[in-house]
Formats: sequence, C-alpha cells, structure tokens
Amino acid sequence: MPTEVLLQAVASGLLMGCVYALIAVGLSLIFGLMEIVNFAHGEFLMLAMFTTFWLALLFGIDPLLSVPICAALLFVLGVLVYKGIISRILSAPMLAQIFATFGLGVFLRSAAQFFWSADYRVVPNHVVEGRLNLGGLFLGWPQVVASIAALLAFGTLYLFVTRTEVGLAIQATSEDREAAALMGISSDRMFMLGWGIGSLCVGIAGALLANFLPIFPDVGFLFALLAYIAVALGGFGSIVGALVAGVIIGLVEAIGGLFWPSFKYVAVFVLYLMVVLVRPQGLFGRY
Amino acid sequence: MTTVDQPSDSTSMPAGPGLDPTALPPERSRGRAASASRLAVGAIAALVLLGLPLVLEAQRLVHPLHILIMICLYATLAQAWNILGGYAGQISLGNAVFFGVGAYTSTLLMTRIGLSPWLGILVGMFVAVLVSLAIGYPCFRLGGHYFAIATIAVGEIVQTLFINWREVGGASGIHLPLLPEAFVNFQFHSSKLPYYYIALAMAAIAFGCAFLVERSRLGYYFRAIKGDPLAARSLGVKITRYKLYAIAISAALTAMAGTLYAQYILVIDPESVLPLSLSVLICLVAVLGGIGSIWGPLLGALVLIPLSEGTRVYLAQSGGGGRAIDLMVYGALIVLVAVFQPGGLVAISRRFRGRG
Repeated sequence: MPTEVLLQAVASGLLMGCVYALIAVGLSLIFGLMEIVNFAHGEFLMLAMFTTFWLALLFGIDPLLSVPICAALLFVLGVLVYKGIISRILSAPMLAQIFATFGLGVFLRSAAQFFWSADYRVVPNHVVEGRLNLGGLFLGWPQVVASIAALLAFGTLYLFVTRTEVGLAIQATSEDREAAALMGISSDRMFMLGWGIGSLCVGIAGALLANFLPIFPDVGFLFALLAYIAVALGGFGSIVGALVAGVIIGLVEAIGGLFWPSFKYVAVFVLYLMVVLVRPQGLFGRY
Repeated sequence: MTTVDQPSDSTSMPAGPGLDPTALPPERSRGRAASASRLAVGAIAALVLLGLPLVLEAQRLVHPLHILIMICLYATLAQAWNILGGYAGQISLGNAVFFGVGAYTSTLLMTRIGLSPWLGILVGMFVAVLVSLAIGYPCFRLGGHYFAIATIAVGEIVQTLFINWREVGGASGIHLPLLPEAFVNFQFHSSKLPYYYIALAMAAIAFGCAFLVERSRLGYYFRAIKGDPLAARSLGVKITRYKLYAIAISAALTAMAGTLYAQYILVIDPESVLPLSLSVLICLVAVLGGIGSIWGPLLGALVLIPLSEGTRVYLAQSGGGGRAIDLMVYGALIVLVAVFQPGGLVAISRRFRGRG
C-alpha cells in the first residue's frame, strides 16, 4: 500500500475524529452529570442538520452561518427535553430512563421521515468548497473547516467546564450531587444546563456536517452509535477521553475502510466490544 | 436446566421489582367466582382466536388475516424479548440476530439439502442458542447501557457479515423455492389460514414459556437479577448462568419465529431479517405492552401491529408521502409510558380494572 494513500486515510480520519469527539462530548457531559444516556443524541444531530438544510434552502443562509443558530436552537431543545421528560424520570428505574430517551429518538426520527420524507438531501451552494492541497495530500475544505470548528468548540467547552464558576459547579454536581447541593448549587439547574450544553455541541456538529454530508432522517443513528462508542472508549463523563476516543474512532474507521471497505464499521464495533470487555471504565474513566 | 418447582399457591404472584405493587390485584381474596369468570374469558378468547380467522377466510378478507398473523408473530418475538429484557432486565437491542439466524438456518437447510423446515426450525433454534451464548457470555459482564449498546454493535456486525457473505446470497438474500403446498414443506399457497394457526401455536409456545418462567424458580432468579444483581449474587444466585438461560430461551423462541417469517414471506435478506429496526420494533412492542408481565407483549402487539399495518395501507392508498406515522406514534407512546407509567399498557389496564 502506497504511503500517500495511508497518509490520506490518516488525515481524513483525524478530521472526522474531531467531529466525532464534539458529538461524543455532549453525550459524555450529560452522562457524567446524571448517569443517563441520551439515546436520542443522534436524532438531535439529525435535527441540527435538517435545520441547516432548511435555513440554506429557504433563506439562503450558509451552513457556516447557521452554526450559531443551530447551537442556540439545540440548546433550547436540550433544555426543553430536560424539563419536559428527563426531570420527571430522575429517580425512575434505569429501564424507564433508557426507554424515555430511546422513544424520543424513535419519535424524532420518524417525525422527520413523515414531514420531510426519507430522501437524501444536500445543502445547495455552500461557500466552503473544493479541496486543500497539502503537498500531495488532498483534504476537502468542508472537512477541514468542520474539524477546526469542532476543535474550537471543544476547546471552548473545556475552558468553560474547567475555568468558569458555572463549569466548576457542573463538575461539582457530577462529582457529588448532594455535596454540591449543600454548597448551594442547584442540581436541577446544573442538569438543565448540562442538557442544554450537551445538545448545543451536537447542534454545532450537525451544522458542520451538513456542509459535506447528505441529510436524511436516519443520518444520526451511525453518528450516535459512534458517539456512544467514543464515550465508552474514553470513559463515561470524561471530556478529554471523548476527544481522544473520537479521534481514535475516526482513525480506525478511515484505516479500516482502506483495507476492508465494507467492514470499516465492524472494526469500530469490535473495538468497542474489546474496550468495554477489557477495560469497562474506558481509557480515562472514573467509574 | 434448573428444576422447575411450582409455588404451592399458584394464584398468588409476587410483585416484580420495578413494578407498582398496588397495580397487582388482590387475587387471593377474589376466590372462586373470579377463577370461574376467568375461565369463561379464556374460553371466549380461545374461541375467537381459533374461529375468527375461519370467518375472515370465508369472507375472503386476506389482509385482516395477514394482520392477525403479524400480531401472532410479533407477540411471539416480544414475549421472547420479554423473558430476557422484562424478567431478567437485560435490555437487548439485537434480538434480530436470533431472528435472522433462525430464518437463514432453516432456509439454507431447505435449499441446500432439502431438509423440511420443521426440522430446520429445531436446528435454527439450536444454532441461535449457541450464538446467544457466544454473545451473552462476554457481554453479560456489562451492565445497563453498556449491554444495550453492545447488543446494537453485535447486531450491526452480524448484519454486515451477512451482507458481505456471498455464499448465502449477500445483500440480495435468498428467494425460497416454491414447493408443493404441504404441511411437511411448510408452504401453503391457496390460503393463509395454515400460517395463522402455526403463528398462533408459536405465540402459544412463547406465552407458555413465559408462564413457566414466571411461575418457576427461574423467574424469581431473573427478577432478583433485574432488581439488584449484587444482592442476588450475595444470596447465591449464579448471575451469569441465569442471564445465559434467559438469553438462550429468548434466542430459541425468536429463531422459531424467524423460520415462520421465512416460510411465510418466502424471501429473506439481511435488510429484512437482521436490521436494527427489527430489534427496536421487537423491543418497542414489549415495552409498550408492559415489560416483565406476561400479557404485556400480547397487548403491545395488539395495539402496535394493526396500527403499523393500517397506516401502511392507508398511506399506500393516499399516495404514500412520509410513512413512519406508526413509528411516530410508537415513539411518543413509549416516552409517555416511560415517564408516566413504566409498567406499560398492562399496568394501565390493571388500574382501570381496579377502579371498576
């Protein structure tokens, strides 16, 4: 196998990995806070992608400009879902928690199919196009922009969680809910914020992905599955873990696809099974 | 398999963990009148189940008969899921694997060596049990969400393998050869009626299994594992072994239904017998009906399957469009059930009966 081809795969794997990391960190943040897995995470991503598509089609807004719009809308969606559904099942059995978000995912996916049909759609005339030539290495500009923006968003989130008072309050709540409450931190507000920020991350990722991927109701499924795997791989609740794991998954997918194109996701799934079986707490996990 | 000993008082049922204890009727105090009326209800139900299809057949109502077959098929699948997910608390989103293994095994045995699908069912169930043990043994070390996501991963791996496995038809699957209509061939072309009775018998087997599980020591162990695995282990329940029993029973019943599907539809491919959407649907039927209760899967199938078949026909007549209304309703119902009544439709119907 020529080195350029391998390098090409590694480079595109790295780029996708950054976006996977941003999707995964939203999931990880919510899980770290309240030990609930959002099984509708992929559908949140799909909604962000469709939002970007409709903004571009109806109002001619470029996907890059709809990044903040999607972020804001998804933040609101996350807060609403927390208020409407999650806050009612905080102390419910785990089965009820799984099925509440799982049912929400099924609902959103089929609603999208009902209203917008199962057709594949592509955002028309986006500003960012073409390829970047890095000494013989060709990278799509949309992918490059997406990964840079994803890294920026990731970095901002990291600084927010580790350097600001609210971020520390979130961390305190995920460390020990009761102790944080005794310090005057309302866990309900932190949970709400966690759902808002977790969904916001997915909103940004969705708008970035809409730049170069087709959009359809089931599009979120694969990304969500990869995000669950990234979260399990990095360790539930770990922000740095999500980044490392997202990049690893991007690389495994790209390099696996090079050798066995039809089995590239099998490689990722096998990786997941191996990790959870050998090191259940993940690479950076606290649990 | 473990010894199956009946509790001394067969009418008293313990409240399963996670179920609302007030939702269980005080059956012991109702006495003989209740059991007589229950017998009457059972007799009427049996009469309807056996007789209604004859009426439909006489009226040449083919589509309602198809819906009845699908209800029985999904009730079987959901009950199989219920034994693993409802009683033992292991959420599987990969039960389509067992369905596909059953369908492919009996079909391949028929097309390659001419084995009757009736023997193929047994082989398929056996293979599915082996597959389930191979999946369960490592994956049962994972709790909760990790297990659910692992079953999705396994399901996707198996589907990808079959799509790329040319010897079994790859992505285009297998068309079953048309054989003369005969019981031994498991093919009936002039009427759907035999398929209905076979589907009904399979549902009866699945419900019988769930009944036996619920009343036996196995059922108590399953519920103990679901309620609190650590406490169950400290009391001497061999957790992994009993989880393996649960997945093996679930796999065998699901594979059995897989053969019925293959013989009824006569085409199988990875997209129809192995998809994640099938695993999800099986789980939705059981959850909506009420997990961990014997009538939940039936209730779920009775509500969801006519809904999905009905909307499919309605949308086909009205020119298609988006489809998936049925799944939209399912999803919304599942959320409502999870938030307001985790016991499912069964618990809601119990509550109404309690009032009346």
